[in-house]
Amino acid sequence: MSRPPLVVTASPHLAGPDSTPRIMWNVVGSLVPVVAIATYYFGPSALLVVTAATLGAVIPEHFFGKRGSLGDGSAAITGILLGLTLPAGIPLWMAFLGGAFSIAFGKIVFGGLGQNPFNPALLGRAFLQAAFPVALTTWPAREGASWWSLAGDNFALPLMRAAPDAATGATPLGLLKFEGTKTDVGELYLGSIPGSTGETAAIVILLCGAYLAWRRYLNWRVPVGIFATVAVFSGLLYVTDVSDADPLFMLGSGGLVIGAVYMATDMVTSPVTHKGAWIFAIGIGFLVVVIRVWGGLAEGVQYAILLMNALVPFINRATQPKVFGTRREGTAA
Amino acid sequence: MRNALRFRHGVHPPDSKTLTESLRTKRMPFPDEVVLPLSQHAGNPAKLLVQVGDHIERGDMIAAADGFISAPIHASASGVVEEIGLWPHPNGGYQDAVRIRVDPYSAQVPRARLLPEWEGLSPKELVDVVRDAGVVGLGGAAFPTYVKLMPREDTDIEVLVVNGCECEPYLTTDHRTMADFPERVHLGIRIMMKCLGVPRALIGIEKNKPDAIEAIRKTCPDDLDVEVLPLTVKYPQGAEKMLIKALLDREVPSGGLPLDVGVVVQNVASIATIAEAFETGLPLIERIVTVTGEGVAKPANLIVPVGTKLIDLINACGGLTKKAREVVLGGPMMGTAVSNLDAPVLKGTTGVVVLTARQIRAQRQYPCIRCGHCLDACPVFLNPQKLGNLAMAGRHQEMQDEHHLRDCMLCGCCSYVCPSNIPLSQLFGASRAALKRTAAPA
Ligand code: SF4
Ligand code: SF4
Repeated sequence: MSRPPLVVTASPHLAGPDSTPRIMWNVVGSLVPVVAIATYYFGPSALLVVTAATLGAVIPEHFFGKRGSLGDGSAAITGILLGLTLPAGIPLWMAFLGGAFSIAFGKIVFGGLGQNPFNPALLGRAFLQAAFPVALTTWPAREGASWWSLAGDNFALPLMRAAPDAATGATPLGLLKFEGTKTDVGELYLGSIPGSTGETAAIVILLCGAYLAWRRYLNWRVPVGIFATVAVFSGLLYVTDVSDADPLFMLGSGGLVIGAVYMATDMVTSPVTHKGAWIFAIGIGFLVVVIRVWGGLAEGVQYAILLMNALVPFINRATQPKVFGTRREGTAA
Repeated sequence: MRNALRFRHGVHPPDSKTLTESLRTKRMPFPDEVVLPLSQHAGNPAKLLVQVGDHIERGDMIAAADGFISAPIHASASGVVEEIGLWPHPNGGYQDAVRIRVDPYSAQVPRARLLPEWEGLSPKELVDVVRDAGVVGLGGAAFPTYVKLMPREDTDIEVLVVNGCECEPYLTTDHRTMADFPERVHLGIRIMMKCLGVPRALIGIEKNKPDAIEAIRKTCPDDLDVEVLPLTVKYPQGAEKMLIKALLDREVPSGGLPLDVGVVVQNVASIATIAEAFETGLPLIERIVTVTGEGVAKPANLIVPVGTKLIDLINACGGLTKKAREVVLGGPMMGTAVSNLDAPVLKGTTGVVVLTARQIRAQRQYPCIRCGHCLDACPVFLNPQKLGNLAMAGRHQEMQDEHHLRDCMLCGCCSYVCPSNIPLSQLFGASRAALKRTAAPA
């Protein structure tokens, strides 16, 4: 009798429910509506910026990353997320460069997937902000322009000065901090405000995040912890008149939603324990408010997350699970 | 007191028991030959008593226990010893075994023997009967049962926990033992309670076996304090520590034994075997085996002579299908895969599960993405993520000293959930083996 070829593997023999590429591509999929809504509000520029950043991330991963690592989808996530944190009017070459920096210096130098201490997309954005502060804070005004028109200078040539006549607007946080005007909260949550492409339409981002949390592809404790901390802390400052920003405004502005839902929850750069996740989230929420109220920057999410990323190894070490049978003495029945 | 009857963490693999759970146990025809390895249990291999050419009857002892932790081995069929030598063993290697050509015309009737009257025997004598019958744990580890029946004098046992969880997917041996032979289970419990001098027994059965729960409840003797408790379906509910936690809400201390919390745990199939030794006077020479999986033509629960070659057993179930890809002895979570189907069924073989290519774990491994799923799955609350990193770096000592490697049950929950397909539990088993090697005197 001819027997079929048999394999021998180690136990457990059954394949589990999840795989890393599946998780990653699900995250990519959940970002599609976010990109779509950004494109709806900012016109084709948003899509162009996200595409440029994604290409910037994917190309170095393909050539310098581990073989086949493109397939795990993590580089695509980094690129899309970076694109969503940039203003729609940014020159595309900058977006591309940012994506390349994210992957090359945010990930590959550390040894690829799973090894990087900092969220690569945020690292890329921090790099861009340091290198091109003007472009990164030029928020194109959309009023009056047709949907098809490009926002700002997408096709500027590398290292050329940006055209000075682009109409710009200020972000709600910038308006509040530097000019003292407040934006309507309803607009914050439904989009149509100046800001980076993914800063708008908090509701869509929350829904996508809820889907991921339901699939257990992100740890709900992180966004919930961040929102709760920001709400409570900024609420305290608001009622004590230290700051003018009420909690709803704080929550809805400055990319806090996309940061809390997509950036802070990056599995690689957040704690592995539940207790650690709470500490991490509370730390971020606290830092966001501190940076916004007392710091020199209007937005603070990016630095708050990067700072807490740096603390993750310590948080993990301090929140090791309590091993079964060591929890209490004796054997109370 | 008993709020939810559960333990925390664990995983929910598809249980796949419908293939065989409602099939009554049937006797398998005797194969042409049986192969009995001398090492079928935890502890020392048995000492050979027969020679090539000897004619032996079913039930005769062919190898004697060697030392305290060991068990005798008996012929599972009448025939002639044809060969004594190395033979494929289910654990992967070759081991000493006795191959018996089964007499094709034998009625397979064992020699006449005296039936031990359990009621008249002292606990000591009961233990001797169990020992001489070669009874070992049938749940997989195959630890000699009689050792468990004579705990140290200074321990205080309050309750006997009977493990009828069968939390491994696919397997239905314990299930059918309880549904088809409930009286035998109760007799075994009675004998065990007498040996141990415990007043009380709890039977834990997962809720996915309503007919077993019903059968055991219906036949419960009135004069004994025995209670059946249905449990949530979750792997590894049948692990001793988890079962005690769920039934009694007691935590066996880290590094400790169930005895430390006043409990002895025994699996139902082993308990039924104890009873069998008194019912029939026969030693452990046959057992119920579930042959199942999408890779087997006709899944079944069979009473199989110990020593039946896997190929004969599988052929008795219609053979392998075209889709068959991996043959696993025991359950798919903790069992071992075999490549050589000439290896025999042992006393501890609970099942033969044949998996298809689509079910088995993909070969590609990704880096750890620190998702934390393994921490959420580990029923003993270890940190498999950290342990996995240390294991891959070869830092075994640190794993043991600082991260409780010794408490790992190798249950495989962590590997099962790991999206990056990192063979965590396998790494931990290897680390433990490495530590043992370095600890052993050179
Ligand atoms: S194999 Fe060990 S580390 Fe993994 S889940 Fe089981 S007990 Fe925990
Ligand atoms: S489940 Fe796997 S990928 Fe996730 S933290 Fe554990 S080892 Fe890493």
